[in-house]
Amino acid sequence: MDLRLSSEHQAFRAHVASLLESHRHLAPTATDRGLKHPKRLAWQAFLLREGLAARTVPEAYGGRGEAPDILKSRILSEEFARTGLAPPLAGQGISMLVPTLLELGTPEQRQAYIGPTLRGEMVWCQGYSEPGSGSDLASLTTRAVADGDDYVINGQKIWTSTAMQADMIFCLVRTEADAPAHQGISYLLFSMKTPGIEIRPLVDMTGTANFNEVFFTDVRVPRRQIVGKPGEGWKVANATLTHERGMLGDPSASRARLMRVAEIMQRETVDGRSLMEDPVFRDRLVALQARVYAMQANGLRVMSAQLKGESPGMAGLIIKLEGCELNHEIARLAIDAMGELGILYDDSPHLRDDGDWQQKYMYDLGLIIGGGTAQIQKNIISERGLGMPREPKSAKA
Amino acid sequence: MDFSLSEDQLSFQSSVRGLLERSCPLDVVRVVAAGDRDAAERVVRDLDALGVRGVMAPEADGGLELGLLDAVIIQEMIGRQCAPGDFSGAAIVIAGLSSFGGTSAARAWMTKVVSGDVRPGVALAERIGVRDGTGLRLEGGRLHGRSLFVVDGDTATHLFIALPSGSLAIVDATAQGVSRVPLRTIDATRVFSEILFDGVPAEVLTGESLAGAAVNRMTAVARLLVAADALGAMQVMLERAVAYSLERKQFGRVIGSFQAVKHMCAEMAARLEPLRALIWHAAHAFDEGSEEADLLILLAKSHAAEVGVFIARTATEVHGGMGFTDLVGLHYWFKRIGVSRQVFGAPEAVRGEAARLQGWVSS
Repeated sequence: MDLRLSSEHQAFRAHVASLLESHRHLAPTATDRGLKHPKRLAWQAFLLREGLAARTVPEAYGGRGEAPDILKSRILSEEFARTGLAPPLAGQGISMLVPTLLELGTPEQRQAYIGPTLRGEMVWCQGYSEPGSGSDLASLTTRAVADGDDYVINGQKIWTSTAMQADMIFCLVRTEADAPAHQGISYLLFSMKTPGIEIRPLVDMTGTANFNEVFFTDVRVPRRQIVGKPGEGWKVANATLTHERGMLGDPSASRARLMRVAEIMQRETVDGRSLMEDPVFRDRLVALQARVYAMQANGLRVMSAQLKGESPGMAGLIIKLEGCELNHEIARLAIDAMGELGILYDDSPHLRDDGDWQQKYMYDLGLIIGGGTAQIQKNIISERGLGMPREPKSAKA
Repeated sequence: MDFSLSEDQLSFQSSVRGLLERSCPLDVVRVVAAGDRDAAERVVRDLDALGVRGVMAPEADGGLELGLLDAVIIQEMIGRQCAPGDFSGAAIVIAGLSSFGGTSAARAWMTKVVSGDVRPGVALAERIGVRDGTGLRLEGGRLHGRSLFVVDGDTATHLFIALPSGSLAIVDATAQGVSRVPLRTIDATRVFSEILFDGVPAEVLTGESLAGAAVNRMTAVARLLVAADALGAMQVMLERAVAYSLERKQFGRVIGSFQAVKHMCAEMAARLEPLRALIWHAAHAFDEGSEEADLLILLAKSHAAEVGVFIARTATEVHGGMGFTDLVGLHYWFKRIGVSRQVFGAPEAVRGEAARLQGWVSS
């Protein structure tokens, strides 16, 4: 065991830290709302130019073309967390579509989409889940029928985040009606401005429409807009789901979140006494801290295995389940520490932190469910990690 | 950057595991728990044949000059087999003696502990929290008072005692004025004692770089090793729960095919793996002399206590009624975990220390 960084990585950290520090004034803040806010795009352009975003994407597509280096990725995310500056854009286009296109897209598709996506000029949404196909995604029924040079799409998607702002969608559709469930799906890319698309915001418990329903009625998409071959969409989609699961559990973000709770407990008072002076709250804080540190150590173990080209095994399988649960509990402690003030919302007087914690507490419950529910994660852990029997595949009606 | 056990560590761990599986199977655990001290001594001798007693001691004193991480992976295997013996007691004392900067007195004790000529008992409980009015005082080089939950007090030739001042005192366990009262805990595989001192001559070691350093190191090592012991016991309980669920049939299926049971096992695994990484990280930080080591050890000890009760309970439940029987013997691990939770500081006390360490308490 040796946790020291090589001189190359130490130098990289110093380089990143000094770049971020000297450009702090360019970073957008929480009030610069909107996915394409000029300040956000300018910050992203700076990060791309300096190789602090899209480091491993080939230069031809707007990245830096550097060799994958998990340690450098980690150093980057730690430095953004430490400085509190806005991290590189990380919507579904950047974290899911770009890796997929790099792996399975045609040269034309890469050329057309990767650059604008990385620059934040082209926003994507993901068309996977359907009302009848959530955890059992492969049962999806949105149909795409070949007609001349086009597919004609009919059906409905749900849980589509950023559909309103998105320029484009990467979408799973059933192209081979008679094939077995997993082999009849294709992965299509098309514009959200295509005639026949209707978007209905789906207001969730936070009071915001973080997601949408998207309806397709005779939507015509050129057949060349497919990634992979017809019927290979499941394989293509699974490449991206792996990226999403990695994205949902970042232990350095959990640590930053925990330290914010510690600050709340020092700042907030009841009867003039800080919550940190309350042994019950302090005990809860340290108990969560132990779990955060454990997940960080677990993350180091997973990263070490990846650096050696080994499978991280159980340590990797548990990240989504434990990481999301932990974040949710940290938000719960923040709200409990605020007590009555913790129930305030929207623009109420006495509201703390712009209602961020209430938002997090509710939204993070969505993250426990989304991207593979906690129960699906437990199936995966017990089946792949502990060798227990697989769930029977239900018979299709 | 490498957060993993080395080839050497893995192979060392696997030899310890193989040896203990032969030396201390469940039927030996049973006779040890029934009070057969010869059976316990046979396990101790088998472990000593591997030379692990001095794992953390300098080579010059006969040790292996390895670190706390190496001691942790051995202790995990000891917990895995619910094995008796004073491996951890010796490691705790060696860690304490190593903070005396190689003074001749400390080295003399070190050499004897490593060789097994001195079998240590460790009295730390009063340093952590006084119960039932125990306490120790040193007057004119003589020790008075009593200490609870002395580790390996039964087999000790000498007692290594944390004094209220933070100094380390050493007493001949057979000296006049020493009375040893065995305590019966739920876990009969390890023996704790109450020891009464009635004006017993004590050697107080001097020459530490910092006051209390020896006792602080001993406490840290004791805590992490007991967490590692519990980790080994948890791992076995999880493995046995999964294995049992794949044999036991109800409603015409193995119960391990029911989601309710699969999810219980998944939850155990999901809590166990990060704990293992935290314990490794804490041990490594200690070995590197990192500033974070004290905090990491407090977090590891308290977290092991919480994950421990969850796994001990859940693995027992997966076994259904059989988990509750003496026949299956799962209760030895259940109790081992239960004791490890409380000794050297229960989780609430340890978290309180962690809060003070971080300046989160003003008083």
